[in-house]
Amino acid sequence: MEDVAIVGVGCTGFRPITPEFSYKEIMFEAATRAYADANVNPRKDIDAFITCGEDYWDGHSIFDEFVPDQLGAVLKPLFTVSADGLIGLATAYMLIRTGQFNTVMVEAHSKASDILTFTDIVAFGLDPIFNRPLGGHPYYIAGLEMTRFLHETGTTKEQCAHVVVKNRKNALANACAAYGADLTLEDVLQSEPMFYPLNRLDTSPLADGCIVLVLASNHVAKKLTDTPVWVRGVGWNSDTSWLESREWGRAIYAELAANMAYKMAGIKNPPKEIQFAEVDDLFSYKELQHLEALKLCGRGEAGKLTEEGITQRDGQMPVNVSGGALGMGYAPEVLGLQRVLEAALQLRGQAGRRQLCDVETGLAQSWRGIPTATGAVAVLSREVK
Amino acid sequence: MSAKIKKYAGHPLKSAEIREGKVPTARWRPKAKYMWSAGVAMSRFLNELKNGRIIATRCNKCGRIMVPPRVFCEQCFKPTDNWTYVKDTGTINTYSASFIAGDASRIKEPIIVAIIDLDGASPGMGIQHKIGEINWKEVKFDMKVKAVWKPPEERKGAITDIKYFKPV
Ligand SMILES: [Zn+2]
Repeated sequence: MEDVAIVGVGCTGFRPITPEFSYKEIMFEAATRAYADANVNPRKDIDAFITCGEDYWDGHSIFDEFVPDQLGAVLKPLFTVSADGLIGLATAYMLIRTGQFNTVMVEAHSKASDILTFTDIVAFGLDPIFNRPLGGHPYYIAGLEMTRFLHETGTTKEQCAHVVVKNRKNALANACAAYGADLTLEDVLQSEPMFYPLNRLDTSPLADGCIVLVLASNHVAKKLTDTPVWVRGVGWNSDTSWLESREWGRAIYAELAANMAYKMAGIKNPPKEIQFAEVDDLFSYKELQHLEALKLCGRGEAGKLTEEGITQRDGQMPVNVSGGALGMGYAPEVLGLQRVLEAALQLRGQAGRRQLCDVETGLAQSWRGIPTATGAVAVLSREVK
Repeated sequence: MSAKIKKYAGHPLKSAEIREGKVPTARWRPKAKYMWSAGVAMSRFLNELKNGRIIATRCNKCGRIMVPPRVFCEQCFKPTDNWTYVKDTGTINTYSASFIAGDASRIKEPIIVAIIDLDGASPGMGIQHKIGEINWKEVKFDMKVKAVWKPPEERKGAITDIKYFKPV
């Protein structure tokens, strides 16, 4: 089986609203950039197309019927992965590994600003018998999880606030990010209480944007680019849908997704072999919970490491140099590709002002958001190992 | 049903029993509201409908004049090059007569639906609309039709600014 590499990336940039363009037009922009970056013509060179999304975000039944044109995929093999973009990337990886496809595109987009009833759409994802009739904003689920996580690990709200300050600041150096800001710990801790223990600034604001990646098999990748980014391992996992039966203090789905990806990539000692990570931070505490799940630090250590600056851009284990979802914006189903995009740019040495020194291997991880317990992990490297 | 069992206890469920709550069910009416940005291509198209005109875009690579207009050519995968008006007349490419209304009720006078290739657009390019002022049995392939517009003050920048197409 051939190794698989990312050979092209394209991004529109993320913004709070995009009233001037339709979702089709932003997808065309990201796709055009990715194909130019990969130096491919989608009408000839791409064998299969994967679009990631969910009808209720787009507001169309069977939204994938509306995507071929703007991706160059008319009358070509295309299907939808109804999940976060990182699971789409894992699917593209598998398509190429079958040997039947050499070049595959993965796309995820958000036009969240088109949704007038976002809270109701999220609530519609709750169990209709057990949870939904109780009412309330479904983000209370993040509050439930954070309470338990802080309790079990001894992590503090201040440590979570450090995540917000760091990621919003990192976003200032990322032209693709919607929410770069220079905040203080007090700003975060004194922002309005939302879903105890979460304050307003602990949550990622919504954003519009699109990311397209082009993946290729080893022999094609080497022809297309001098800087392939190798997908060394992928993993994904889902916990039970019963809120009442989940593990609230730990992100088990992320632990198991990481185990799968590490095994595939031959990673034995994650903190030693991985130099930087892009992890899900949809809510501030999620970055800490996920770092522990990914075994990039021990249980209960992530808050302390963050406080000490280890996860800063100039720290020993930079985390979310892109700005994360807190800084780039919550683009439903695009979060995983935001993380992969940054990892790919860093590994190619094309991250501009954010560039990290001497990075060989990075990790990208995503969570599908409220109310899911689904996540995915990819290990990416400059070298095939 | 196996050979040995001739009859099950009970009876098949009736929809009335479900409606009356004799079978446990969960009901929910989703509040799913959206306001889609029409975007560059569709905004211009809708604004031109208000003016009583149909606008298309042209791709200089393949030479196609495309309705509905788009800002990228899906065949060549490149931005389109310019805007051009097409006529509000055309020919029927294919048609159907719907005897069932949107609410699934049966209707006597069918709604005639057609794909109309517009004059001035590339072959096979045009608009889907209703056909009026004709008995559905008289609709034919390649029949020439023309748009019947709402009066200017009633137009809203919507596909329904054209009431229907009628034979010419
Ligand atoms: Zn063309």
